[in-house]
Amino acid sequence: MADSKVAFELVSPERLVVSMPVDMVVVPGGEGDFGVLPGHAPLIASVRPGVIEVYEGREVSDRIFVAGGFAEVTGERCTVLAESAVRVADIDVGDAESDLRTAESDFASASSDSDRADAERRMGVAQGKIDAVRRSSH
Amino acid sequence: MASLKDLRGRIASVQATRKITSAMKMVAAAKLRRAQEQAEAARPFAERMERMLASLGASVKGSPGAPALIAGTGSSQTHLIVVATADRGLCGGFNVNIVRRARQLIQKLEDEGKTVKILCVGRKGRDQLRRLHGSKIVQTIEGVGRRAVAFSEADEIGDKVRSMFDNGEFDVCTIVYARFQSAISNVVTAQQLVPAEPPVQDDKSQQDDLGGAVYEYEPTEEAILAELLPRNISVQIFRALLENAASEHGSRMTAMDNATRNAGDMINSLTLTYNRTRQAMITKELIEIISGAEAV
Repeated sequence: MADSKVAFELVSPERLVVSMPVDMVVVPGGEGDFGVLPGHAPLIASVRPGVIEVYEGREVSDRIFVAGGFAEVTGERCTVLAESAVRVADIDVGDAESDLRTAESDFASASSDSDRADAERRMGVAQGKIDAVRRSSH
Repeated sequence: MASLKDLRGRIASVQATRKITSAMKMVAAAKLRRAQEQAEAARPFAERMERMLASLGASVKGSPGAPALIAGTGSSQTHLIVVATADRGLCGGFNVNIVRRARQLIQKLEDEGKTVKILCVGRKGRDQLRRLHGSKIVQTIEGVGRRAVAFSEADEIGDKVRSMFDNGEFDVCTIVYARFQSAISNVVTAQQLVPAEPPVQDDKSQQDDLGGAVYEYEPTEEAILAELLPRNISVQIFRALLENAASEHGSRMTAMDNATRNAGDMINSLTLTYNRTRQAMITKELIEIISGAEAV
């Protein structure tokens, strides 16, 4: 299995973001991160807001932030359906921080449960983006 | 008989119209290309989602604890019809065809004694349905995809549908839209959104992929399905809106192409009449002069 690869696909509703064979991907699953190597057991998992790490050999070749979604894994492929996807390098920290502030004030002033849940979700996404940039910068 | 001045005026006005229609045709052609690219770019997501839903839905559908979004509410008394049309006219039979299909559906359901509610996406649909079915229109959403259809817009409509379903305002939801085939043809389609109809599982490709193994679910099958189904509504609406946008621009392009050609024909025939009339007048004047000269 030394030369086999995982066909990794990352799709957002608007387009196919990434489609390439890779050695390993680490996906932020709803119940914790999981790595996908060739020959992984078939799995369907939810994805929380976080960073997908793509490995070529032993090096991380790409980091992509996803705002939640689903992952489907089989022996030879790994498909991630993300609500939105952006490369960590392209994240604007200033934007993310202002998003976080808006979400926080929305959360504080939310009148209904669904508004509050929506604001909380947005807080999670913005916080995830900021963390992603911080972690990759050192 | 029209005077020369009248004819000149008409030729000028038809020429002005032709300029407008040919400009609209070119704008529609440019927008069509963009809309088509967008529709194609969105296809992988919808396909993967369908594949996931197929494998999940097949195992859950029969079980008693299945979510209402896939199993239904157990009744089919109240129907919600989402009529997706354009905001603007001048696109041939595009809006009319969609509305006609919606009307047939409403008629059929009412004959069966069902209650019908309508959610209009796009101004033209509302305008055409208002006269007969005004009281059934719950809400009209306008201005979708003015530049390009964004997923957030589809998600808003999806939110609306989901909250209505959660409040028990309908049992079955259908979306009527025009599926894009080519610049000159589209197929008006009525697709059921709620309860979701999982696509038929393609046994062969699945078996090849899994080698007979069964998916594991994390956290659980139900939890994933509960998250996936609401998303699926937005995704299906998004896909319908994209197909609609492409169909709209295609129809407009064809309609404006015809209009431009008709204007050209009209200018030719008007010019012919104009020249004939002019010639007839010259002849008449000549006859008058000659007969005047002879009389002297």
